[in-house]
Amino acid sequence: MTSSRAAFAAILGKDLRAELRTLQSLPAMALFSVTTFVIFRFGLDRTSLSGSLAAGVLWATLLFAAVLGINRLFVAEREEGGFDAIRLAPIDRSALFTAKAAALLVYLLALEVIAVPVFALFFLHDLGGLVPLALVLLLADLGLAATGTLISSMAVNSRARDLLVPLVLLPLVVPLMIAATGATEPLLALGGPGYDRFGTWLMVLGLYDLIFGLVGYAVFDFLLED
Amino acid sequence: MHALLASAPALPLGEGGKYVAGAYIVFLVLIVVYVAIMAAKLQRIERELRELASFAEQRKAEEQREEVSADV
Amino acid sequence: MFGKGLRPLSIATVAMLAAGLSLVFFYAPIETDQGIIQKIFYLHVPLAIVALVGFVVGGVFAIAHLRTGNRKWDAYSYVSIHMSVIFGVAVLLTGSIWAKASWGHWWVWDEPTLVSFLIVFLMYATYYPFRYAIEDPERQARYASVFAITAGAFVPLNFMAVRMAQSLVHPRVFATANGGLPGSMMLTFLFCLAAIALLWVTLVKFELTAKSASGQVKRLRRALDAPAPGSGSRIAPEVS
Repeated sequence: MTSSRAAFAAILGKDLRAELRTLQSLPAMALFSVTTFVIFRFGLDRTSLSGSLAAGVLWATLLFAAVLGINRLFVAEREEGGFDAIRLAPIDRSALFTAKAAALLVYLLALEVIAVPVFALFFLHDLGGLVPLALVLLLADLGLAATGTLISSMAVNSRARDLLVPLVLLPLVVPLMIAATGATEPLLALGGPGYDRFGTWLMVLGLYDLIFGLVGYAVFDFLLED
Repeated sequence: MHALLASAPALPLGEGGKYVAGAYIVFLVLIVVYVAIMAAKLQRIERELRELASFAEQRKAEEQREEVSADV
Repeated sequence: MFGKGLRPLSIATVAMLAAGLSLVFFYAPIETDQGIIQKIFYLHVPLAIVALVGFVVGGVFAIAHLRTGNRKWDAYSYVSIHMSVIFGVAVLLTGSIWAKASWGHWWVWDEPTLVSFLIVFLMYATYYPFRYAIEDPERQARYASVFAITAGAFVPLNFMAVRMAQSLVHPRVFATANGGLPGSMMLTFLFCLAAIALLWVTLVKFELTAKSASGQVKRLRRALDAPAPGSGSRIAPEVS
């Protein structure tokens, strides 16, 4: 449906422009990541990381930074009546889901453009694993975007919404994290990047993305009912 | 009874037995706790029904008294 | 009428549980590998299977709720998930005891099924604060259904991911429980599975009946214009 595509583009464009203008979420997420890396440096008492420790630090930090962005995803809609506008418009309401998920994806990718080089600077000696890591990041971000958008849209209309997102989202993304760290760990191994079960983990990530993308798309309509 | 116990090859003896017993006892305790909670709920329902019944009877008595005084 | 058939169901449940217990201790032979400790499986595994199926059933009821808009499906969904969470506690406790008996520790990360189950349990434990956070009852029911469906989709994915994450060094202990079981053990296991499933159904019916009774009391109260004592639970859906 052309009107859905137009709606998607319109919402996505509005979101990105708003974020660019106000710069609310992105700097916070980036700064949070860098500070967290510093905390890990002292908490673990390590100046270089490899293998499972590196994968764990990186993904835990990215996940918690993502939660910051996810918390704020629908705030503008709630405060300025964006939900009502979507309800009234003669378009497929799930366009809001796809547009918001796409916006979140952009934020996550932008976050990683900043956070991953800093991580490499702080902790990595061998940069060979970074290129395949980009693929892992992309696939994981897709899943995070889908699930995050779904949970965020439910939390925004509730009390204690800042608590609700981390509480409900974190168990939901455990399989995603398992696959992401599983793929990342050999990439950041001490002796150089390894591809142990790399394909399998990517498939799990893809499966997660597919399932939660579909589920989110399918149920989003029910979330917008008044 | 003794014959039954003697013929049972799988009764707990030895080291692992207490863990097996523990597991089944935990299960039993959970069921009992659940039943106790349900019993409390039932008691509350019964109490409320009793209150409502007396409330309804009271109201009925008042209405009858009003009818009687209205006739007069 | 939820209470109908509750008595024969309860009697059947007690009978099956008693019979199952007897089978476990008087009929099933002692396993050579783990000895008497293996007997815990007849309790732990059926509880886990029934709990997981219960979660999925909760998701199915949630789909029915979203499609029909009839709030009774939401009550069914809530009670199914609620009961499975309770059964989940039993799974984790019995699993922990089994871990202590087998490995010497009260918790092990080596057993992928137990770890997956923990994650699923944590996921569904958030169902309650999630419902509590949404005040409008109609919206709460709708969102809860979305949650139940999403969580239902999550369960198989989670099991797959955790299983894959296990190092291949430790053998999968549960493989011995279900692969190549001698006939007498399989019979005992299946019987226990049926008994636990029946227990779940009976308790769900029990819970729904209690809810329905509470709902009728509220209804009566409203009809009589009688004063209400305190407000009801905010998260448990009403059944009337």
